[in-house]
Amino acid sequence: MNFMASKQPENSLLGPESDSQRTLYPYVTGTSVVALKYKDGILMAADMGGSYGSTLRYKSVERMKPIGKHSLLGASGEISDFQEILRYLDELILYDNMWDDGNSLGPKEVHNYLTRVMYNRRNKFNPLWNSLVLGGVKNGQKYLGTVSMIGVNFEDNHVATGFGNHLARPILRQEWHENLSFEDGVRLLEKCMRVLLYRDRSAVNKLQIAKITEDGVTISQPYSLKTYWEFSAFENPAQGAIGSW
Amino acid sequence: MDLEMNLNASHSMGTTIIGVTYNGGVVLGADSRTSTGMYLTDNVYVCRSGSAADSQIVSDYVRYFLHQHTIQLGQSATSKVAANLIRLLSYNNKNMLETGLIVGGWDKYEGGKIYAIPLGGTLIEQPFAIGGSGSSYLYGFFDQAWKEGMTKDEAEQFVVKAVSLAIARDGASGGVVRTVIINSEGVTRNFYPSDKLQLWHEELEPQNSLLDLLNSSSPEPMNI
Repeated sequence: MNFMASKQPENSLLGPESDSQRTLYPYVTGTSVVALKYKDGILMAADMGGSYGSTLRYKSVERMKPIGKHSLLGASGEISDFQEILRYLDELILYDNMWDDGNSLGPKEVHNYLTRVMYNRRNKFNPLWNSLVLGGVKNGQKYLGTVSMIGVNFEDNHVATGFGNHLARPILRQEWHENLSFEDGVRLLEKCMRVLLYRDRSAVNKLQIAKITEDGVTISQPYSLKTYWEFSAFENPAQGAIGSW
Repeated sequence: MDLEMNLNASHSMGTTIIGVTYNGGVVLGADSRTSTGMYLTDNVYVCRSGSAADSQIVSDYVRYFLHQHTIQLGQSATSKVAANLIRLLSYNNKNMLETGLIVGGWDKYEGGKIYAIPLGGTLIEQPFAIGGSGSSYLYGFFDQAWKEGMTKDEAEQFVVKAVSLAIARDGASGGVVRTVIINSEGVTRNFYPSDKLQLWHEELEPQNSLLDLLNSSSPEPMNI
């Protein structure tokens, strides 16, 4: 067993760290989550992979879960921390229901709660190692927000985590528009997920798409996307460089 | 914060552990570098890998809590409860522990269940689970050969074959194969010493001595 002696340099401003713990690195991680607003609500997509470093270890992890009646939470990052967040939210929703006052927590409130949790943990140098996407519809109002492990949070018409920010958002910036139909929204998300499949090594070809509308949350069954590899340049890559391979 | 290390380290732990569900319960298996199935309660066992000290202390605590829980509940604990207790300890002490566990058990509500709890404290229910350093050599084997709804004997033979294959290739796994079968009828522990296992690629039939080979029918005896 390795002894990680946490030694402070002489000029450190940190106080005594005898009992403090900090999460240093994640173990089982999920990759990108992509989401967008459409005509009737929110569509969100995430693959079902749980990577363990470079190994694609678990391939049936559900990274999107309904929260209460009005919200859907998708997460990337450390899966154990996501499971813990789900427990916190369970408790939050339970207490909310116990008031039995006809009101229920909407997506904006849940997003705010998550932001506080993530930011406070970050301040204690013990973050929940996740990037979260929170979407929902309440009283006709669509809401889509995101929070990162350091507490950065914002809302937008389309959001993504991890690699999705670099590969999916540009596509969404070009092709998203107000009042997308369900079919167009799904096709757009699939376009993003396919690019991630080609280019993100942690992506796994088994995904789910979830929709949330005023009527509630539905998460699709797991399915796989077709990919195309028959580019002539792939078949004969050394064409432009005779003698190489 | 040191972010560079570990993101790509697949943590090796000196052993091979396996848990598999079949159509009436579960079969747990391991090489002899661990002590296989550690008893948590009558109907739930756990396979341990990683730091021996860490996995032992976690199992001990969980056995203790499960015992109290059983008394309070008035009946056998479920494998789900055992797995969640392990998860609590693994998750809340993730900075200090280095242990990957596989929990397998049978209860009257859900039948046979396997739960994997890797480093970090993620809890994941699966039809089968593999862990330990030897498991690296088994991902391909399971992807190809695993099927749902095996019988008890098929499942046990499958586990024995898998552990044996891992032992053949993993330096940190070895010795013998131990299995634990848990179902509605109870628990059965089995033991398979190395010479009872089938031979794999480049492995030879074991002999008592070269002299035996020489004395038997011997064309070109020294060309061995």
